[in-house]
Amino acid sequence: MSEVNNTFLLNELQFQFADSIYSADEPYGLLTIELDPKQIIPVLNFLKVHPIIHMNFLTDLCGIHYPENKGKELGVIYHLHSFTENIRLRIKCFMPNDEPKIDTITSIYGAANWQERETWDFYGIEFIGHPNLTRILNVDEMDYHPLRKEYPLEDQTRTDKNDNYFGR
Amino acid sequence: MSNLQIVTTPPGLEGQGFFATNFEKAVGLARANSIWPLPFATSCCGIEFMATMASNYDLGRFGAERISFSPRQADLLMVMGTIAKKMGPVLRQVYLQMAEPRWVIAVGACASSGGIFDTYSVLQGVDKVIPVDVYVPGCPPRPEQIIDGITKIQELVKNEPLRRRNSPEYKALLASYGIE
Amino acid sequence: MENTLTEFDPSTEYTKLNLGPTHPATHGIFQNILTMDGEIIVEAEQTVGYIHRAFEKIAEHRPFYQITPLTDRLNYCSSPINNMGWHMTVEKLLGLELPKRVDYMRVIIMELARISDHLVCNSVIGVDTGALTGFTYVFQWREKIYDIFEEICGARLTTNIGRIGGLERDFSPACIQKIRDFIKDFPAAFTEFTNLLERNRIFMDRTVGVCPINTERALHYGFTGPNLRATGLDYDVRVMNPYSSYQDFDFTIPVGISGDTYDRFMVRQQEMWESLKIITQALENLPAGKFYAEVPEFYLPPKDDVYNNMEALIWHFKIVMGESEVPKGEVYHSVEGGNGELGFYLVSDGGRSAYRLHFRRPCFIYYQGYPEMIKGTTLSDAIVTMSSMNVIAGELDA
Repeated sequence: MSEVNNTFLLNELQFQFADSIYSADEPYGLLTIELDPKQIIPVLNFLKVHPIIHMNFLTDLCGIHYPENKGKELGVIYHLHSFTENIRLRIKCFMPNDEPKIDTITSIYGAANWQERETWDFYGIEFIGHPNLTRILNVDEMDYHPLRKEYPLEDQTRTDKNDNYFGR
Repeated sequence: MSNLQIVTTPPGLEGQGFFATNFEKAVGLARANSIWPLPFATSCCGIEFMATMASNYDLGRFGAERISFSPRQADLLMVMGTIAKKMGPVLRQVYLQMAEPRWVIAVGACASSGGIFDTYSVLQGVDKVIPVDVYVPGCPPRPEQIIDGITKIQELVKNEPLRRRNSPEYKALLASYGIE
Repeated sequence: MENTLTEFDPSTEYTKLNLGPTHPATHGIFQNILTMDGEIIVEAEQTVGYIHRAFEKIAEHRPFYQITPLTDRLNYCSSPINNMGWHMTVEKLLGLELPKRVDYMRVIIMELARISDHLVCNSVIGVDTGALTGFTYVFQWREKIYDIFEEICGARLTTNIGRIGGLERDFSPACIQKIRDFIKDFPAAFTEFTNLLERNRIFMDRTVGVCPINTERALHYGFTGPNLRATGLDYDVRVMNPYSSYQDFDFTIPVGISGDTYDRFMVRQQEMWESLKIITQALENLPAGKFYAEVPEFYLPPKDDVYNNMEALIWHFKIVMGESEVPKGEVYHSVEGGNGELGFYLVSDGGRSAYRLHFRRPCFIYYQGYPEMIKGTTLSDAIVTMSSMNVIAGELDA
């Protein structure tokens, strides 16, 4: 194995994007950085074409909602993987509730297409420049983003449920 | 071949060279033993249905050998698996495309009641959109249970009066689902 | 002859063809609206979400041990892999060390599940190319795997095998015997299945060179698992990031060359042989020891103990009421599922249920590549390709 490890990766990133990286951590051995959402495209481009790190694979993209974090309510979490160096990286970008916007990364990783649509569907995070940002899993008529914490899990239109039986 | 079972003859008048029985009974007998199921398999229960169709359980033994993927030629709609709200209209349309007489069997907890998925996106039982004749419990039901459900349907088919589909009660049932 | 149909010239018109969501050939509920030029597909527009069940929302409301039944219903062709993946994720979060025996037992269960998953996929490719024989033939062997699962946990398909911190019970002697019988008898039967299809002229004509995808495009679309390996890249989570003692076993990762339907089929075929090798090794070297870790605060005690033993009852109560201390943090763990890298991203806020749980469903991600693969081919090829990709609706829509 080569010398690429979390320290090297973080140093490389901090050398280039020191102002945009708000924090860095290593929960369970996976380097996690919190990034300025405006910088997501340059950072991913840098990592993908980097001659040593070569982050060639987007493993996962998902949203998250922290209603208590004022100004940083909604987040997008990227999991990247470099097959050549077998190192993973987690990038988090947080956005305010009233303007949840971030650039799409579909131009870099095609796999992000549906995952961004899913995130839009679940959390209402808008991906600027996405080729087809429509609902993917839920019906088109749905007028809210169900995975946000304020919405309940259960079907609110049910009439056959007696709350007494469920201790409510 | 000694333990070969054939269906029992319905009660009737028998003589040399003739057999007379109730027309209803004869039709019921024929229908019940040549059901063409339409598998509307959406998830896990569909895999158990595949096992039911395959060599070990072989649904063909009950006269349901011929799977009809076209609703037009199907007698029995087998709803297997979760029906999401997005899928509800599709299911209803499939039901409407079937010709009378038609029967519906809800296989599995999800199709019967929504199962463990009491969520915003899942239809809480297919009987919200179409009338159901037999419910098969289980998550997923074993092939034996699915076969049991089919035999229950066979009983219904066998004993159904010919006029049932024209009766006001049946029309009222369909009307309660908004089906003309 | 003079052409009288001047208004409509079929050679310049495209046809729209609706494939799904209930179509006998789609094996699951997906909709593809195909733009056809005669028999050739020009464009495909996909719609998914017909079986969206809001797993991730449910997971935020259920305690950890109640999420296992949900994972069953992701890729229901190989539920035990999903169960184990989830347990390992929680164990990683809690920092539990498991006895070697648990690892080996899990490996046996997971590899059996992999065989049953690939058997469905490959026999269904046979069905779609017109050979129903293989399907009826190997389903008997799937039933034998189900028998083993029943012996282990009592369920066939949605198994809910295992617990956080181990398994709920040890392999019974009958179970070990069943696994041994399976290892002994399956190769002969599987060879017969292989002979039916692998060098079958019709089958090869229908699959060789059909809808290939190269490694670069496959990575672009996030392919993992057999579909990626068919393109020639040997990425397998079992080797890259070994979990559950996979590093102890000697097995190879089969790869394809061209990434076409035949390669996908062959990679799965070879993987079944490799899985068999792994099961044999694991069973022969099954270490002695406990089938659970000594962590009473997280491992649900056996029911007998709960009824008869005060301490077990207390722990049971604590776990069920969510009084065990769960660390805050976030963890990503992935296993090699039947279709590829099945990942669990778990964010814990210290409560009894997850703050956020995201499933990386391999199907959901690689199914995006389908329109590109089928462009320019015929409809019948598109259908074989879909079954060779093994897209499972439950996993796709979660």
